[in-house]
Amino acid sequence: MATATLTGRQRAGWTTANLVVIVLALIPVAWLLSLSFKAPSAVTDPSFWPAQWTGGNYSGILTSAQFLRPLVNSIGIGLISTFVSVVLASMAAYAVARLSFPGKSVLIGLALLIAMFPLIALVTPMFTIERALGLFNTWFGLIIPYVAFGLPLGIYTLSAFFREIPWELEKAAKMDGATPFQAFTLVIAPLAAPGMVTTAILVFLACWNDFLLAISFTSTISSRTAPAAMEYFSGGSVFTTPTGPIAAAAVVITIPIIIFVLFFQRRIVAGLTSGAVKG
Amino acid sequence: MSTVTPAPETTAGPAHAKPKKQRPQLSEGAKQERRLAFWLIAPAVLVMIAVTGYPLVYAVILSLERYNLELPKDTKFIGFANYGAVLSSPYWWQSLLVTVIITVFSVGITLVLGMLLAQVLHRTVFFRGGVRTISLIPYGIVTVAAAYSWQFAWTPSQGYLSAAFNNSAPLTSQAQAIAVIVVAEIWKTTPFMGLLLLAGLSLVPDDLLRAARMDGASPWQAFTRITLPLMKPAILVALLFRTLDSFRIFDNIFILTSGNNGTASVSTLGYDNLFNALNLGIGSTIAILIFICVAIIAVVFILGFGTAAPGSDAGKR
Repeated sequence: MATATLTGRQRAGWTTANLVVIVLALIPVAWLLSLSFKAPSAVTDPSFWPAQWTGGNYSGILTSAQFLRPLVNSIGIGLISTFVSVVLASMAAYAVARLSFPGKSVLIGLALLIAMFPLIALVTPMFTIERALGLFNTWFGLIIPYVAFGLPLGIYTLSAFFREIPWELEKAAKMDGATPFQAFTLVIAPLAAPGMVTTAILVFLACWNDFLLAISFTSTISSRTAPAAMEYFSGGSVFTTPTGPIAAAAVVITIPIIIFVLFFQRRIVAGLTSGAVKG
Repeated sequence: MSTVTPAPETTAGPAHAKPKKQRPQLSEGAKQERRLAFWLIAPAVLVMIAVTGYPLVYAVILSLERYNLELPKDTKFIGFANYGAVLSSPYWWQSLLVTVIITVFSVGITLVLGMLLAQVLHRTVFFRGGVRTISLIPYGIVTVAAAYSWQFAWTPSQGYLSAAFNNSAPLTSQAQAIAVIVVAEIWKTTPFMGLLLLAGLSLVPDDLLRAARMDGASPWQAFTRITLPLMKPAILVALLFRTLDSFRIFDNIFILTSGNNGTASVSTLGYDNLFNALNLGIGSTIAILIFICVAIIAVVFILGFGTAAPGSDAGKR
């Protein structure tokens, strides 16, 4: 970058700015971490870090079906929705990026419309439809809307990625004697894979994050996802909020995000900005 | 910067567009291409329409009925009476006002902070990846998890923020609760805004800025006269997505205040009418009204975009 000529003072300024960004981004997460390690009796102590660290909240939630089952639901529903979304979106994005057909701008417009769709407008009618079809409180009751809302994100991100692929390589490989299948699996697929991984991460994060649909279309832990389940944790009495367990659960569901962000930072940034669609 | 793929509306020039086929006679190959394209997009289009189009139509029908799950036998067509009931209810107008206030403040402040964040990320020389990684955490974190963090932080005799502010309980008063909600929104969404703006910022040639500075422009002038106009498409895209997203606010309010003390948004109001009052008619009416609001916002923005609308890549329209 053109920043090689920074003066010492500018350098200090940007470093301070960086530190401010880091601290502001991390404080609420650190507070959850701290609360999750506080003993139940110490929750009323508003100091930022616990005086004594205890793992009781974690052993509590990780042995309770009230959290474990929803965690499994979150993972299962998230993975299935992501897989289906990415497969269907890849097909559509290939058509958008590579083929000429009438109605392409209609498809893009439709995807954009759905990306803007107010979820709550879907909840009332879907609630009625799902009860009629027996989908209410099942995995599929969540997977179907998650796929539908993962698709616009996927089509946008993937068609941006697919446009960048040098497709002439496919032709070149065929000229060199590769079969169409070889040309696809050995040349094109490896080039398309990064975009698909990025898309999969963004779609998975969107499913993992959802709360409104998860509390609306589920009623028991058999299909409730983790964010929705935290709402139903019980405290010591009816009048106490189970702060520690909720904080521990919040930390647990944040771990996958931290892992994604650590390993795929570049990809996530590229995906977000290429699709310019909120995940 | 090579890792950031620029937003499509800025790159999609004629260079990407395949040469248009001549209209009059379609060759056999072109027909085949169309047929393949049709089969490739069909599943995605079917799912998207089945999950949004059909329920939307159904919601319109429900909104014209008196339909309460507690009194299912009482269901009947009542025309626009539900709309009259909602539009004459102070709850609707208050929640709409709250939603608009939250949207305006959170999007406005996020835009400024996002621009600052984009500048920081753009200019940082060392630890660039680290700062980016950490600033992605608020974007990625489950909204509900973050909302609990804010809620506990503001709970008197429990949270560090409440303790720092004289053991106050801001979540129990309307204005302060809305302020807390806005802060939670800003924290969560600034990274997204910052990254979108960063993509726009990286398209501003450094040479141009340096030339302006040499000609005597102040940094502020260079920013307002060169950077901002060049970033306009990126800013509009980011604003559109953030505004629509913020208008739909649900999770933060649900966790922080449950919509109590006059903090309900239109989405939480719709939810309450459905799941607490079990009134499908009124709930659907609110859903349709929200849909209309979102459509209006989108149209206003898209008119503002002109040719820079996302997805309308110049070569294909």
